[in-house]
Amino acid sequence: MPVTTRRSATSSAARSRTVVLTVLILAGIYFLLPIVWVGIAFTKTSADLFGSFGLWFSDPRPVDNFLLIIQHENGIFLRWMANSALYAGGGALAAMLLCAAAGYALAKFEFTGRETIFNIILGGVLVPSTALALPLYLLASQLHLTNSYWAVLLPSMVNPFGVYLCRIYAEGAVSDELIEAGRVDGASEFSIFAKLVFRVMTPALVTVFLFSFVSIWNNYFLALVMLSDRDLYPITLGLSTWLGYADRQPVLYQLTVGGAFIAIIPLIALTLSLQRFWRSGLTEGSVKG
Amino acid sequence: MSRRRQARIAPYMFVLPFGIFFLLFFILPIVYGAYESLFQVTRSGLLGGEGSKDFVGVQNYAQAIADERFVDSIGRVLLLGAVQVPLMIVMALVLALLLDSVSARFSSFFRAAYFLPYGVPGVIASILWAFLYVPGISPIVEVLGGVGINHDFLSQGNVLWSIGNIVIWQLAGYNVLVITAQLKSIPGELFESARVDGASSLQIARRIKIPLVRPALILTTVFAIIGILQLFAEPMILRPITGSVSSTFTPNLTAYNEAFVNNNYNLAATQAVIIAGITFVLSFGFLRAMRRKASL
Repeated sequence: MPVTTRRSATSSAARSRTVVLTVLILAGIYFLLPIVWVGIAFTKTSADLFGSFGLWFSDPRPVDNFLLIIQHENGIFLRWMANSALYAGGGALAAMLLCAAAGYALAKFEFTGRETIFNIILGGVLVPSTALALPLYLLASQLHLTNSYWAVLLPSMVNPFGVYLCRIYAEGAVSDELIEAGRVDGASEFSIFAKLVFRVMTPALVTVFLFSFVSIWNNYFLALVMLSDRDLYPITLGLSTWLGYADRQPVLYQLTVGGAFIAIIPLIALTLSLQRFWRSGLTEGSVKG
Repeated sequence: MSRRRQARIAPYMFVLPFGIFFLLFFILPIVYGAYESLFQVTRSGLLGGEGSKDFVGVQNYAQAIADERFVDSIGRVLLLGAVQVPLMIVMALVLALLLDSVSARFSSFFRAAYFLPYGVPGVIASILWAFLYVPGISPIVEVLGGVGINHDFLSQGNVLWSIGNIVIWQLAGYNVLVITAQLKSIPGELFESARVDGASSLQIARRIKIPLVRPALILTTVFAIIGILQLFAEPMILRPITGSVSSTFTPNLTAYNEAFVNNNYNLAATQAVIIAGITFVLSFGFLRAMRRKASL
């Protein structure tokens, strides 16, 4: 029987480690490539976009491009960004509050219909937002409520998964003693929730906010069907319309690419800095069975 | 109001705000959509000014199922899903396991890099990849061409898989995070004792880690299945770039087209109901199958 010498054992470990690192690096290149590309493409004029090699700079003009993008069409780009912030930020904030209250009640109170209500909400987790977009539009157009900020904002405030997360978290983090202490002090149920419980639930609340934020930001179908006034468009819809017209107005290729880069900067910063909330949110609720 | 009384109605008050929104913007549209799917609008008169809305029962459904393009679109996403979902889950699992085997500093750097695309909205991801597919702009096409591979990402035969790539790019990193979260919750003693018993890393991965991250795998797979059946934004963004993406490329695209180009809202509602039904059957079916396997 061949004897595995210490040396060959170590070198085979080193070899497999090299393989592992190579795979991980290749995966890293795959995931980072489009982001690196758009960062470089942002600095290019239309001519260089088509002319020069994509992964290296060529006569970089980031400031010129930036100004061109935010000034095009009377600054509609910035308006689109603000709209997105409103839809995603406002919607996520409201969703967070609604989920917190509902989750808290489902976790810490016993009342008739509790599990039925919870199961119905849970069923909602399996319903994707795209399935709702067309029916929401049909309903809204009957009531002449399309093409407004509310048309996109209000439906975005419903996040069934957030209720689930908040319930699970509240069950573990909100102690009965805390609530009892509040009651003994004579506080109303609402102020117990708003002052004591809310603070304790903060990690779950941030997680719900982030999940909702991303979900709303990604909801292209809803904005597309509801909005016809370009001033109301979120940045995703805005950029897609620029791209749609680019064959007639070639400068739009450059503006769309550059605009895409500007749009993802805050999102990437957010994603990186708040990564741990996704991780903890997932450990808290979903993967535990 | 007495303390006791307040405590009794409090839960209902707390659930009420969410409940109202849920009813108005979740339940009601679903019910209304299903309702509209049972009707048909016929326009008559010179400029279509007159007309009637008639109850037609399941006729819309028969029409939708008989529509070859709609059925094709369903087949297309099912085909894509059958390849893309396992591919993405396996990729996420492999990466999560590999990350688990390297030092913490490396692994957190790579995990952050893989997770980055999750922060990019689907529409923008599609725009980025659209440019990475167009010859003349794309460095990928240029490099491949340089070594003699002339791959047309946007051709009729390839565009479906190019779209699948966009989906994988967006979601794989997130799935790595989910699986890693579960991996990290496994007590380290299990690995210790296995290693003491002489198990290799591969054996530990196969026999201990993979079975124990099963819930995470099921979760990510269900949402991946649900997601791919809804495919809309990615093909929609590619439409102006290539002729290979028709207006009925995916089921949601077909429904959208039916509503806003053909102005047949009732048929569109029908298609939306059918899509939701298929999604429900497949996701529930998968969950059921997994539960049955677990209890064997």
